[in-house]
Amino acid sequence: MTEILVLVDHVDGQVRKTTNELLTIARRLGEPSAVFIGSNVDAASEALKTYGAEKVYVVDDADIKGYLVAPKAEALQQLVEKTSPGAVLISSNAEGKEIAARLSVKTESGLITDAVDVQPGDSGPVTTQSVFAGNYTVSAKVTKGTPIITVKPNAATPEQADGAAAVEKVEVTISESAKAAKIVASEPRKATGRPELTEAAIVVSGGRGTGGNFEPVEKFADSLGAAVGASRAAVDSGWYPHSFQVGQTGKTVSPQLYVAAGISGAIQHRAGMQTSKTIIAINKDEEAPLFELVDFGVVGDLHSVLPAATDEVNKRKG
Amino acid sequence: MNIVVCVKYVPDATADRHFEADNTVDRVGVDGLLSELDEYAVEQALQLKEKQGEGAEVEITVLTVGPEQASDAIRKALQMGADKGVHVLDDAIAGSDAAATSLVLAEAIKKLPHDLVMCGMASTDGSMSVVPAMLAERLDVPQVTFASVVEMQGDQVRIKRDGDAATEVIGATAPMVVSVTDQSGEARYPSFKGIMAAKKKPVETWSLADLGVEAEKVGLAAAWTAVEATEARPPRSQGEIVVDEDGAGAVKLAEFLASKKFI
Repeated sequence: MTEILVLVDHVDGQVRKTTNELLTIARRLGEPSAVFIGSNVDAASEALKTYGAEKVYVVDDADIKGYLVAPKAEALQQLVEKTSPGAVLISSNAEGKEIAARLSVKTESGLITDAVDVQPGDSGPVTTQSVFAGNYTVSAKVTKGTPIITVKPNAATPEQADGAAAVEKVEVTISESAKAAKIVASEPRKATGRPELTEAAIVVSGGRGTGGNFEPVEKFADSLGAAVGASRAAVDSGWYPHSFQVGQTGKTVSPQLYVAAGISGAIQHRAGMQTSKTIIAINKDEEAPLFELVDFGVVGDLHSVLPAATDEVNKRKG
Repeated sequence: MNIVVCVKYVPDATADRHFEADNTVDRVGVDGLLSELDEYAVEQALQLKEKQGEGAEVEITVLTVGPEQASDAIRKALQMGADKGVHVLDDAIAGSDAAATSLVLAEAIKKLPHDLVMCGMASTDGSMSVVPAMLAERLDVPQVTFASVVEMQGDQVRIKRDGDAATEVIGATAPMVVSVTDQSGEARYPSFKGIMAAKKKPVETWSLADLGVEAEKVGLAAAWTAVEATEARPPRSQGEIVVDEDGAGAVKLAEFLASKKFI
């Protein structure tokens, strides 16, 4: 069976949910091999085994830690040459897409980014992408080299399967030029205790209508176990950090439920949330364009509707 | 110092963007403009030049690859204050994927003096965010991407990047590729003086032959990926809208959530 390489997205050996999704997709296409770059592989390989990884290639990162994506792309290139895989699957975040971009040029292989679905086809994997602010669906395939595909969070429901997870250490040679951009300082983000925005099943976002007070948005999100997002207007006003921005220049989310509070719904915002399964909007302005997209809408002030709804949700949960 | 800013002419995001019969983006039948996200790269280039002060020899070249109309994108950047433009225009380029586009850009950049190559964080049409990394790979120079702050001292560049897990400071030595986000600072509007001055600024048009790139390596037929189908997403139909009176909105909202099993 063809080997499918999955680049593991992890923080110090803690495997992120997107990797389980990639392994699930990889099993449709062939035999999944995880590529783990970093340390603490023991913690990771248990999780990778649970989602069906047959092999775990380990690249020790002692030599490349603190550099950007170039060394990781070189490591992957050497693995692609060694294993001739049927495809390489990578998480579709900023780092993943850049690793994929470099790997594509290095191996002269076609690259498809931001896939929301990947299925086996007669001549390699067939991808589905959502483009033009979610207004079009595109199906595509790679026609040259090894298909390199970056996959968005929530593209598949992770399914468990027992894999052998045979660990194999891989020696790679990293060029000096790959180490030319160095991380000089790093300040980790404070944990919010909420689900990660792009991975969450429910997202509650606030916009200009919050007037800078995100408390009702956060409390309602917490009642639903949701992630919190923000519109560009709210971020530009300095009310919420940019890493929580939903929209074209922020995160694209596609949760089961998206709640927009005090967000009018400019194209910039819609591009980031239009493919959500269910959409709810709360806005004082009944003319807000976002109401055109909603499954349910409340014309009212979020500062009174959200706290009351939070109480109502908590009451129903008992 | 020489800065090359790569810009893209894109269909207006507020217009009716669509595909042609061959599944390529219609770049001619829809009003286009300089990609908003590339304006931030032009702005940062201008600010770096201004920080070098009077008398410093800094030249900003705007580079684009695209159809005839793409010269509009160059003109806008020149109006903002860039010094000269290069337009790579060749019928064979139509339908190129990111890999081919980065090849053409890289070959053009090699012909230009460059200490910094600056890009926006993504295009507003394809929005892949991969061309800056591909350029760095092809030029074999460092990449410092998704910058919200760019600082330069001599040939040393430091950028700040707001990542998902951490805020990082990244350093590298020029020449290099830098991409900037929309958090880097509002792009200026062209002044009347800028608009008038732009008319006299030089714009060169280069063909693939000028770059020594074979036509067979670019365009739709040479793409490493193929679009099999494009389909307009059916418009969402509007659901129930209630007007909140005496707290009724919250109750109905909770009922809706319960009916969909979210609580």
